[in-house]
Amino acid sequence: MSKDVKILLAFVGVFLAAYFIPFGRPNVQGAFAEAFALLQEYARQHVLLCLIPAFFIAGAITVFIRQEAVVKYLGPKSNKVLAYGIASVSGTILAVCSCTVLPLFAGIYTRGAGIGPASAFLYSGPAINVLAISLTAKVLGLKLGLARALGAVFFSVVIGLLMHVFFGRKTLRERDNGDFGGGEAAALSRPLWKTGLYFAVMIGILVFMNWGKGDSSLGFWNDVYKAKWVISAGLWAVLILMLLRWFKREEIKEWLLSTWIFTKQIFPLLLAGVFVAGLLLGRPGHEALIPSRWIANLVGGNSFWANLFASVSGALMYFATLTEVPILQGLLGSGMGQGPALALLLAGPALSLPSMIVIRRMMGTRKALTYIALVVVMSTVTGILFGWLFG
Amino acid sequence: MEIKILGPGCPRCKEVEKRTMNALAELNVAAAVDKVTDISKIMEYKIMGTPGLVINGKVKSAGRIPSPAEIKRYIQEES
Repeated sequence: MSKDVKILLAFVGVFLAAYFIPFGRPNVQGAFAEAFALLQEYARQHVLLCLIPAFFIAGAITVFIRQEAVVKYLGPKSNKVLAYGIASVSGTILAVCSCTVLPLFAGIYTRGAGIGPASAFLYSGPAINVLAISLTAKVLGLKLGLARALGAVFFSVVIGLLMHVFFGRKTLRERDNGDFGGGEAAALSRPLWKTGLYFAVMIGILVFMNWGKGDSSLGFWNDVYKAKWVISAGLWAVLILMLLRWFKREEIKEWLLSTWIFTKQIFPLLLAGVFVAGLLLGRPGHEALIPSRWIANLVGGNSFWANLFASVSGALMYFATLTEVPILQGLLGSGMGQGPALALLLAGPALSLPSMIVIRRMMGTRKALTYIALVVVMSTVTGILFGWLFG
Repeated sequence: MEIKILGPGCPRCKEVEKRTMNALAELNVAAAVDKVTDISKIMEYKIMGTPGLVINGKVKSAGRIPSPAEIKRYIQEES
């Protein structure tokens, strides 16, 4: 399709929307007010303290951490037990953007440790990258954020092992046993402890700047809360010192560039997601276009059906990186239960219709259907458990 | 010279493409630059992780964005 046709179609779309949307009706006006209110809430509370630092950390991960160092544990000759462990947690480092997950999955499956670790990586990767964990914990609460990360890691191992039990023997002969050709490794000029310390300080800044007020006015949690700006400022000073002493100008430039690439890619979609979530679901306690009682009926409470519905619809829906967070926030505010929320968070980013098509092409219909069924079942079970324990 | 940029079309792959084009222009080298976006074709190069840069059938880098200086060196190695 030529560019001009696309522009024409966009014009027609905007025109039809402007012509037909009943802007005069109070509930439509209310919904738009909600959309902007939610946008403002993100701008005021989440962008500066949480998103921007997380983007910088994500940028640093792609520049300063050697992918090969992690990937070598997922190769064809790797220790099988270790491969599951690494596959289930390496999403934090390897899956910074959703577009890297599928190629890596294909690589681990066809050339690396095989179908088990590949499935484990595919399931946990999108849920445990730095951006997803920080924004989930910040917006939806620490409990759901942690449950998402831990649930994804634990159940990815279970799914991986089951996939191996079902199909492992057959695929082992199918794939060829060559090692990866990684090309030249990135040149690193720093010892590991310096890189480690640099990341620890950045994560520290992210954590302390977002430290929430505790329930009681006493205790450790609250002492840290009172001192959070002092601690953060100290960490900032350390970070600046490190950058001046340990890093070359070139490297800092690369870091800023890769941060900018992520921001450019993810931020506009996230804002659009926030706007749409506000338009349809409103802020917690406010109603927008979709009546809250529909949500409460479908995914309220912690019934088996609510959890199943949440994980099936999550598996089918495509979430651009991070947009699952505002959507979940809207759903929770409209009466969704904690359990179904976790089920959606687990199944949602791990699968979507487009990714199902790629997975099917990589592994064939039977394996792909098994994987999809496992994801839906596991997410439903985790949701029920979580809802039962904390809901 | 034949250059292939492997990647499903994410911004990081586009950055590699941009840098490769700039390096070719600066070195004044002519090359056929191809983008490979199909995942099963990408996997034929035995790489883990995109973006990948392949020059004359040899994988030069994978899973990272090489610096402009590195790309120039890869091109010179092959020309």
